[in-house]
Amino acid sequence: MPEAPLHAAAPATGHAPAYAAAHGIAAHAHQFDDPGQQHEAGNLGMWVFLATEVMFFGGLFAGYSVYRSLYLTAFEAGSRLLDVRLGAANTAVLIGSSLTMALAVRSAQLGRRKALVLFLLLTMVLGSVFLGVKGYEYYHKFENHLVPGIDFIYDQPNAPQVELFLCFYFFMTALHAVHMIIGIGILGTLAFMGWRGRFSPGYYSPVEVSGLYWHFVDIVWIFLFPLLYLIGGRY
Amino acid sequence: MSVIPAEQLMDKRVHYLNESYGVKSWLFTKDHKRIGLLYLASITFMFFIGGAAAVLMRLHLIEPQGALVEPETYNKLFTMHGVIMVFFFLIPSIPAVLGNFLVPMMIGARDLAFPKLNLLSWYLYMAGALLTLSAIIAGGVDTGWTFYTPYSSVYANTHVMAVAIGVFINGFSSILTGLNFVVTIHKMRAPGLTWFRLPLFIWAMYATSIIFLLGTPVLAITLVLLGLERLLHVGIFDPKLGGDPLLFQHLFWFYSHPAVYIMILPGMGVVSEIIACFSRKRIFGYGLVAFSSMSIAAISFLVWGHHMFVTGQSIYAGLIFSALSFMVAIPSAIKVFNWTATLYRGSISYDAPMLYALGFIGLFTMGGLTGMFLASLATDVHLNGTYFIVAHFHYIMVGGAVMAYLGGIHFWWPKISGRMYSDGWARFAAFVIFIGFNLTFFPQFMLGYLGMPRRYAFYPAEFQVLNVMSTAGASILGIGYLIPLVYLAYSLRYGPVAPANPWGARGLEWRTSSPPVTENFEETPIVTAEAYAYDEGREPLA
Ligand SMILES: [Cu+2]
Repeated sequence: MPEAPLHAAAPATGHAPAYAAAHGIAAHAHQFDDPGQQHEAGNLGMWVFLATEVMFFGGLFAGYSVYRSLYLTAFEAGSRLLDVRLGAANTAVLIGSSLTMALAVRSAQLGRRKALVLFLLLTMVLGSVFLGVKGYEYYHKFENHLVPGIDFIYDQPNAPQVELFLCFYFFMTALHAVHMIIGIGILGTLAFMGWRGRFSPGYYSPVEVSGLYWHFVDIVWIFLFPLLYLIGGRY
Repeated sequence: MSVIPAEQLMDKRVHYLNESYGVKSWLFTKDHKRIGLLYLASITFMFFIGGAAAVLMRLHLIEPQGALVEPETYNKLFTMHGVIMVFFFLIPSIPAVLGNFLVPMMIGARDLAFPKLNLLSWYLYMAGALLTLSAIIAGGVDTGWTFYTPYSSVYANTHVMAVAIGVFINGFSSILTGLNFVVTIHKMRAPGLTWFRLPLFIWAMYATSIIFLLGTPVLAITLVLLGLERLLHVGIFDPKLGGDPLLFQHLFWFYSHPAVYIMILPGMGVVSEIIACFSRKRIFGYGLVAFSSMSIAAISFLVWGHHMFVTGQSIYAGLIFSALSFMVAIPSAIKVFNWTATLYRGSISYDAPMLYALGFIGLFTMGGLTGMFLASLATDVHLNGTYFIVAHFHYIMVGGAVMAYLGGIHFWWPKISGRMYSDGWARFAAFVIFIGFNLTFFPQFMLGYLGMPRRYAFYPAEFQVLNVMSTAGASILGIGYLIPLVYLAYSLRYGPVAPANPWGARGLEWRTSSPPVTENFEETPIVTAEAYAYDEGREPLA
């Protein structure tokens, strides 16, 4: 686990948050000794939270793995129902958003206010593009009666097992999308705060910590894409 | 030892309890001590609801054909008892009450790292608890606390969803508590408080938090899958639709076996504190006791399959799960031997907390050893699904976890409330609980060995004598649990004012006044020794 860098710029004494924000000086809550401790605690808190997220998605990945090994052919057939081009495009979009997110964190560290807001907005746009494509894919499944439990018509062999695959497909991608939507909301708040000049080289923890979250959500997709789209054996 | 002589200032002194008044000052508090008390009130309420269900069950079983309720109602009673006691009492008990109160104080911090998340975790607990209670009032659930499919997916009524959502929400309360503890313990220790000077209670809380963090999300996702299966009628766990009900059991026990250690590890931490204090000795084998907490947490994630020996899982999986389950005995035994060695040649005093701690050691040992019977494949086939299991886990969870919880409440009550309770009544209650407990559950070992299955509303007539004994014990136990409620409440108003350090203990939490000020210490303490520096002999009472 990487240790958060300590900032030479951070003054050791506490300042009232409003004063500190107005003057771009690091502030810290009463339970912490100094801004450095607060920054480290926030960072570690996010890493710990992401560990719980790994286990949360991990339960689903475990279920997926069990059924994939039991029903290999059905899962391959199910995978072929997905549009691999759209999945690949979305993967590129998400990787791009990770880049803009990393640049946003860097801009916050350097105190470049406009660049920070710009990169945060770009990240949000890319995230929204991803969600739009995902929404189109869902719509396509509805049209083709491939929604498990609600509207599922499939006349090839192993229909229940293919339905099970699509069940995991919908649930895993939807859970991922929910994380994306939460992330976009957080980035919007950060962009607003950044525009108001709340961040400085001495205080940018929220940007860094939210960046960790965003990268995590991207990494989940990096696992979802091959497991859902590429196992069909078409290529 | 105290920083300021509390007893002289008691009346005028400002502390966390009288710093502000009114409902709002409690409902919006971010003080870890007040949040601990919010938890104390709520889990005590849940404990007596769950206990009432248990008393009704025992009264019903006083006659072989059942004396009180319809079999369907009986199913709902044991489900309600299990769900409430496991998720809404035992799991939050020591971490959320004593842990919340003590973790910052024991490490010399002003609060937990994330006070708002801490308050949020209490609200999540309350939301989960109220949803579960409302589902019980609306008609109850009869799946057992394990929500096994297909009981829960195909055959149960709709209230099962409300209870599952309640448990799901409550899970996030556990996660937030664990996250707060881990970050606080890592980042907020007072100057000089190295890892190996930490109180063993902190080690126990750290190990427990890891289980909270890594186990609870898996339960959460499992309940979501269960909900999807019910809502959309897809076959995740339904074999008719291609699913596998055993997957549910695997996922469920992946959390719920470690959850057993969520219940017992904090108790072990409490007992380590009490035993050292009332033996006036440094804890024997400090490093081993600390590491055994961590290794119990680690191994706990590898043994879930011992709940599934008779489900048809592969024999090789069974063998491995059996061997790994036996391994849990090693760190557990390390603890018991180290406590015993601490007692050896200590100058022991039998104050009420010590009686609970000694009760814990005996009952936990019984529970642990009978666990070995169940970890062995061959004996488990005979004992699985009988009252032997019921007796075994109640020795761990009630004889172990609840005894330790009560011991901890008695040990830290002067710190929490600033008042002393009646030691005579407290010792009396400890005896009543110990006797009532054993009379309730020891006969159940015999019943289980003789083959009486659990979760039935009636039984063959030849089992009646042992069942009547068990019911009699439950009545005594019920009264035993009511006694502390009375004298602790009484002490709040009429008890003598507690000094800062009534037991002459050495932990940091005793170096501040009773009750502490809002930010715990007048100034951040500097630590120069470990929490068990008792070797200079007993301190005079402060
Ligand atoms: Cu177990």
